[in-house]
Amino acid sequence: MSSPEHRAYLRRLRLQRVAVLGAQLLLLAVVLLLWEAAADRYWVNPMLTSKPTKVWETLVRLAGTGTLWRHLGVTLQETLVGFAAGLVLGVGTAVALWWWAPLERVLDPYLVVLNALPKVALGPIFYVWLGDRISIYGMAVAISVVVTIVMVEVAFRSVDPAKILLLQTLGATRRQVLQKVVFPASLPTLLAALKVNIGLTLVGVVVGEFIASKAGLGYLIVYGGQVFQMELVMTGVVVLVAISAALYLAVSWLEAVVTRRFHLRPKDA
Amino acid sequence: MGAPRVELRAVSMRYLAQDGETEALAGLEMAVMPGEFVAIVGPSGCGKSTILSLIAGVLRPTAGSVMLDGRPVAGPSRRIGYMLQRDHLFDWRTVEENCLIGPEVQGLNLRAARQRVARLLEQTGLLAFRHAYPDQLSGGMRQRVALVRTLAIDPDILLLDEPFSALDFQTRLGLADEVAAILRAQGKTAVLVTHDIPEAITMADRVLVLTGRPARVQSEHVIRWAGPERPTPFKAREAPEFNPYFQRIWKELQGHEQS
Repeated sequence: MSSPEHRAYLRRLRLQRVAVLGAQLLLLAVVLLLWEAAADRYWVNPMLTSKPTKVWETLVRLAGTGTLWRHLGVTLQETLVGFAAGLVLGVGTAVALWWWAPLERVLDPYLVVLNALPKVALGPIFYVWLGDRISIYGMAVAISVVVTIVMVEVAFRSVDPAKILLLQTLGATRRQVLQKVVFPASLPTLLAALKVNIGLTLVGVVVGEFIASKAGLGYLIVYGGQVFQMELVMTGVVVLVAISAALYLAVSWLEAVVTRRFHLRPKDA
Repeated sequence: MGAPRVELRAVSMRYLAQDGETEALAGLEMAVMPGEFVAIVGPSGCGKSTILSLIAGVLRPTAGSVMLDGRPVAGPSRRIGYMLQRDHLFDWRTVEENCLIGPEVQGLNLRAARQRVARLLEQTGLLAFRHAYPDQLSGGMRQRVALVRTLAIDPDILLLDEPFSALDFQTRLGLADEVAAILRAQGKTAVLVTHDIPEAITMADRVLVLTGRPARVQSEHVIRWAGPERPTPFKAREAPEFNPYFQRIWKELQGHEQS
């Protein structure tokens, strides 16, 4: 079917992809090697920087004793629950604002201000009000819910009015308009919001753990800092990198599945 | 002559906005008999679409009354199918699912509706595409799907708001033939709003010419063709009666553009 030129073009594309991936891996390797060498040869103080082999040893040790899994489990659970709660609360509020337009007009300036507010500043308040366990969820929800409300609400409002008119001429109720047009038309934005939120929720959880908790990766990192064990801090960070990547990939996969199932055009976050 | 299916009595419509008000209709009178096909032409922006929105019950007149079979319109009616200028198909629904939106919203029997839609899709040559998505269709096919969607609720009355204006000339002529054939075969009452005079003449039994804003009916032209059978819209363009109708209506509209 394909011409030699097309095959050559495809080969070039494949080569490019391999080259980019190779360069990415090489970059990582170089950084790790430099880090290791800098600590070994006292270019920097290894007490302050730790080094990759030590981080790896710590990781294996903590995994062996089960400590790692406990902290990882706590952080993951907080993140997933916070994510789900932020989503439900955010979408629910956006629906309410769409349903009662006057409410939206009244609340609009407050939402703008809340959106601009650095939510981590609320951490101590949540700690005092909710205690050391629940305040982490408070932080996780606070950081993601306003973005969700604003993004989804804007998507709801930007649905083509002619599509809504079409349903109204058929005698659709407000609920049917929401269900049959407004919600499906906003689904790509909702999925984009999920991608933003999973990262934000993790930020909220880690900050919450910094302030309050007795377990979790955020706790591990703060503890390592306090007892001056930099390999513990670095290990915590490395694990956080891994789970944030995993969660992002999971949400991207979900987005791809839903996009295909409902034949949507994906929207960039 | 029986009672009119659709009747507008002394209808006035005024749109209010922050920077002033617009009088779209002033004392408009019109009636459409059952099974009749009426076209409305007028200068652009004269309030043609407003008339359809009033009949569809999504707008209320400022004064006067709008009646369906002698009863005042209180809101959207299940007996009315409204076809808009653009197809507004939902990207996330297949052709068939798009066509079933009306029956779904109105809680009709979906099995019967599905059969009905299949028949209509067959008549419009789209049956093979029932599971395709709108982005896989051409403009003409999309508008045909919109027609089937409009007919899926089996309305007595069809409101057509420049339904062909977004299509290229070729597609437009073909589709006008198809729509006219389907509507006449099913005995539907239809009101077509258009700025395309030939389209109005060749599709309708009667053409109403509106004045500029605020619109009233300026004149009415009953369209008659020689011969035992009514020509299709495409053939009608070549009939000897076509040109005189066209000249008269065109001159009337011209008068407005100058004033």
